Amino acid sequence: MVLELCGDWLRDGATPEIQGESGDQAPSRYVTDKLGAFDSTLPAFILSQLRSIEKPTLGAAQWKPSLEGLPPNLLGLMELALAVPEQSDATQKPADSSELTKLGKGSIEVWVSVLAVAEFTGQSVLALGRFVTGGARFRARDFWMIVQECGAQALPIVSLISFLIGLIMAFVGNVQLASFGASLYVADLVGIAMVREMGVVMTAIIMSGRTGAAFAAHLGSMKANEEIDALRTFGFDPFDFLVLPRLLALVLMMPLLTLYANCVGILGGMLVGAAVGIPPVLFWNETLTAVTLTTSLLGVFKSVFFGAVIAMSGCLQGMHAGNSSAAVGQATTRAVVTSITAIIVLDSAFAAIFTVLDI
Amino acid sequence: MPTNSETPQAKITVRDLTMAYGSFVVMRDLNFEVADKDIFIIMGGSGCGKSTLMRHLIGLQEPAQGSILYEDEDFTAASPTERVKFIRRFGVMYQSGALWSSMTLAENIAMPLEEHTNLTPKTIRDLVSYKLSLVGLSGYEDYYPAQISGGMNKRAGIARAMALDPDILFLDEPGAGLDPLSARRLDDLILRLRDSLGSTIVIVTHELASIFAVANHSIFLDTATRTQGATGDPKELRDHSENPAVRLFLQRGEVTAPSSKPRP
Repeated sequence: MVLELCGDWLRDGATPEIQGESGDQAPSRYVTDKLGAFDSTLPAFILSQLRSIEKPTLGAAQWKPSLEGLPPNLLGLMELALAVPEQSDATQKPADSSELTKLGKGSIEVWVSVLAVAEFTGQSVLALGRFVTGGARFRARDFWMIVQECGAQALPIVSLISFLIGLIMAFVGNVQLASFGASLYVADLVGIAMVREMGVVMTAIIMSGRTGAAFAAHLGSMKANEEIDALRTFGFDPFDFLVLPRLLALVLMMPLLTLYANCVGILGGMLVGAAVGIPPVLFWNETLTAVTLTTSLLGVFKSVFFGAVIAMSGCLQGMHAGNSSAAVGQATTRAVVTSITAIIVLDSAFAAIFTVLDI
Repeated sequence: MPTNSETPQAKITVRDLTMAYGSFVVMRDLNFEVADKDIFIIMGGSGCGKSTLMRHLIGLQEPAQGSILYEDEDFTAASPTERVKFIRRFGVMYQSGALWSSMTLAENIAMPLEEHTNLTPKTIRDLVSYKLSLVGLSGYEDYYPAQISGGMNKRAGIARAMALDPDILFLDEPGAGLDPLSARRLDDLILRLRDSLGSTIVIVTHELASIFAVANHSIFLDTATRTQGATGDPKELRDHSENPAVRLFLQRGEVTAPSSKPRP
């Protein structure tokens, strides 16, 4: 069988026309008298023709199709392309895409991630135990750096968001309450809502977007760069060394940030109050009567759990990230999504519990 | 617990090791021994599992089958706490250096010293600058890994691996990406370390020049058969191996005629 190649084979030229049957055998000879200029499109075409033909039974390794008649420059390229036989087991099999397979794979993934969360929680508890008994080792400097990063450096964004939340609540509340002539109760509304729910939830969401994501990205890229393996082979427990300081720092800083957010939110409400005719002193006194110590402690109490959830989901996703830059991105996304979901679910659970306990 | 094995005091003994990722077998039935003060090369084509074998040797991955023994003590069967004792004798350099990116070079090297020794800060500082000067990086103590080049990261990684004067030093592709002079200095460093400290050195590499310059023992991992192609002195293997794939690899594919070897 003869394959005749004619004309120019260029990327920008016309699409080549194929005449005749390709047959089931490799061409034994090539005729290239009328062949013009060519670039990679021609060898690519020949290779795909050769690959599409059933390989002889003696196996891919010994398969040497005839290249007779090709001009020397093309011959060299073809020989190079055929030098290493196609690795048939290296070609990725197309994934089975039936609905049942997807369902099965999805379920297995969910189960695996449930196990991962359970294992990670257990490890955290063990690590905390080691910390309490003095067996856990991490660098004090790392801990203080993280405290600074997730404490002091988070103040500007927490201030802005809480201030605006307090402001918005006061505005919306005043519109409703003013129609009953009960504008003063804006102070109660802002105070209780801020201290009980909004302060802690908003802080937690800010921190999961800010710090949880940072934890996941940091640990994820440390993993991709084999830094976590390096810790292990130098006799450091990566869990104690990386997760524990982050967990402790956030659990320590979240209550403080929450208290701060509460104050700033009330300040925002007070500003609106002043604008609609409630003097700040009056607003303050009303807030003091409305917000009891128990109420404000509830928010702080919740913030401890939220801090732990944010730190753990960030660290979990980081430690379980794959070894590529795309995997680090995915880990970050998952960290933020899981921690925000967990915060809202946990907050609902707390709301139910506090209602039952009547506090 | 010494056993009556044929070669007592082999530093590392690997028996019937099979390595796998899930159901995908990377290499099977690896058997080799590394004697004390050997410079042992793990070689093979790219993607054949050289680094995976090293990760098994240092306990980052668990064998699918078989066992790894250090001085006739079973490493594979050891509990995590027992393993720490083994690991303290290792020094490991990773392919990319894997320096802790939030610390300076000096802190990177000082950290194992601070953790595992009771040296004074002054002594640690001296040791750090000595180790850095061994790899030609003196003066870079206060640089962060991101501020220096990839080759320098690699050399700093070697300095960190040597921090505790390890009994066994594992180097993953130490020469790749180094300029010829640094690569040559590295070969000298490896030989000196073995001679002066008596370390056993395991190197993953396919740089032929350094293989022939430093190694006295090696294993060739064959991608085609998924098992070991040969073990022995690479110079011997180059000229007399019975496995054509090994000869081809060590001769850079240039000589294909089988060289004369008296059949046993």
